[in-house]
Amino acid sequence: MTALLEACRLVKHFRGVKAVDGLDLAIPTGCCFGLLGPNGAGKTTTVELLEGIQEPTRGVIRYRGERLGARFRQDIGIMFQSTALQDFITVRENLRMFGSLYRHTLPVEQLIEDCALGGFIDRDSRKLSGGQRQRLLLAIALVNDPELIFLDEPTTGLDPQARRNFWELVQRIKARGKTLLLTTHYMEEAYHLCDEVAIMDHGRIIAQGTPRELLAAHFDDVVLQLPQADFSNPPLSPALTVIRNRDSVEILTRDVNAAIEELLAHHISLRRLQIRPRTLEDLFLELTGRELRT
Amino acid sequence: MSFKRFWALFACRNLEFVRDRSSLSWNLLFPLSLIAGFAFAFSGPGLTLYKVGVLGTADASTTGEFFQTRYIRFLPVVDLPSALTKVERHQLDMVIDTARGRYWVNEESPQGYVLDRVLRSASTDPAVFSKQTVNGRLIRYVDWVLPGVLAMNMMFSCLFGVGYVIVRYRKNGTLKRLRATPLTPLEFLSAQLASRLWLILGSTVLVFAGTHWVIRFPMHGSYLNLFIVFALGATSLMSLGLLVAARTTSEEFAAGLLNVMSWPMTFLSGVWFSLEGVHPFLQKAAQLAPLTHIIDAARAVMLDGAGFAEISGHLLALAAMSAIAMGLGVWLFRWD
Repeated sequence: MTALLEACRLVKHFRGVKAVDGLDLAIPTGCCFGLLGPNGAGKTTTVELLEGIQEPTRGVIRYRGERLGARFRQDIGIMFQSTALQDFITVRENLRMFGSLYRHTLPVEQLIEDCALGGFIDRDSRKLSGGQRQRLLLAIALVNDPELIFLDEPTTGLDPQARRNFWELVQRIKARGKTLLLTTHYMEEAYHLCDEVAIMDHGRIIAQGTPRELLAAHFDDVVLQLPQADFSNPPLSPALTVIRNRDSVEILTRDVNAAIEELLAHHISLRRLQIRPRTLEDLFLELTGRELRT
Repeated sequence: MSFKRFWALFACRNLEFVRDRSSLSWNLLFPLSLIAGFAFAFSGPGLTLYKVGVLGTADASTTGEFFQTRYIRFLPVVDLPSALTKVERHQLDMVIDTARGRYWVNEESPQGYVLDRVLRSASTDPAVFSKQTVNGRLIRYVDWVLPGVLAMNMMFSCLFGVGYVIVRYRKNGTLKRLRATPLTPLEFLSAQLASRLWLILGSTVLVFAGTHWVIRFPMHGSYLNLFIVFALGATSLMSLGLLVAARTTSEEFAAGLLNVMSWPMTFLSGVWFSLEGVHPFLQKAAQLAPLTHIIDAARAVMLDGAGFAEISGHLLALAAMSAIAMGLGVWLFRWD
């Protein structure tokens, strides 16, 4: 696949702080690309550079092989994490207004259907629920039928139903062959939606690949999870790694049978034992650390 | 510059303004309530400060203690016709010609009435001075103050309606969202200015008509000339608002800057009182404020029936101020 958007040795400084530090990135056409990273990793700055909202200190960004220009603005759709719309304007009027800013646009009726806006199309946009507002912002991002869509933490603050509903909308957009760049703090979301993910920290990409490739490359073990109360802190063999959380204990092992036998030998109750494969969240914590970022 | 994009923003901003009932009511009711308040306040006694133009030298032998009266400011005048015009326009409350024993007051002026009484009671021989009446069009204080109130209302609406709104858009992310589209700064800014211009002119026409219906003020000049004065005046004030908003990111700072601009302009431009007799430096400084030119030109059209040629100096000043402030504002403008 050819790269629709690529960044080459991208650097961005803010008053002596290196927010992006020599980043290389290529997003293939038709791919849903996830950009993950802890707070302060340089994720937002990177996305804003790729969106053309900020100018890089050094480096080049190319869309379809050319530097970002007027065509790029016509071809992209952006859903910002937090966007204010003009007050007293209805959902329909917002769609029409944003539609007027582009040469090529989708019919408003199609956007209403695609993003399920029918129930509140004539409502003042200030009076929408969180999920409705996110669907409107997605519709605005799609108004020009863009080739490349940026979704910046699109489901933050949504309840599980609204989040699942949003994922379905994104799946439909993907099915049309559109290219997406998604940033999220929800690893489940990235795993569910992204064909490829890149994990950033300190302004650089520290891991990149498909979610399965990344998990396969970094993990060959599974997690045995027990409530803290059931775990009496027995002396376990070095083959088992124990991670203590607030209410639970996670035991990492390559051999589930042997681990269970060892736990039973120490008379640990397995009544509430859960076994799960390693997830993207495990990888994220492993690569970026478990300390709270300020 | 795409007209389609300009029009989309223009229409959207108009809807936002018209649907914001509280803001709309404020824009219409504020000037009406000011006019009503002043019409009421200046219909009776109340002022304690008077301005008297003196032709010749103050002569205590005939005027007695008049020239020692407190709260009266005596200003030397040399040209009687222009001094009399000022009496007509409430810029002077009285003109006294000590050499020939004459004085003039405006029959419509409560201040003139009071000064007339004070002079008669203070002079050694009341028969020495003969009262004269001014020959021009007599106007009430409320007629004189009205163009200033209309212009002042326009000033607040222009400065805050453009400057403050753009800063709010920047702070809440609206500008960032618009920046991600093909919209250019010129299209965005011109739509903001055009929307505010026609809304201000529309509300000013409504206030003008409503006020005329209530207090029947004089309108001796051309409506077209007055419209041009207000249109160009609004443009110059909005350009100042744009200049303030070009890079400011804090609403509080923007409000502070706009207040720093608007309040001195209000006091220096002669909205409420004439600048007759104030320090020459302040009179010169007032010429740098667009509000001064708007008020002077509007008063000239409304009260004196001045034609286009007579107000062209003010129009030129307003056009130059608009061009400079708008050019700088567009040049300095940042979306973030």
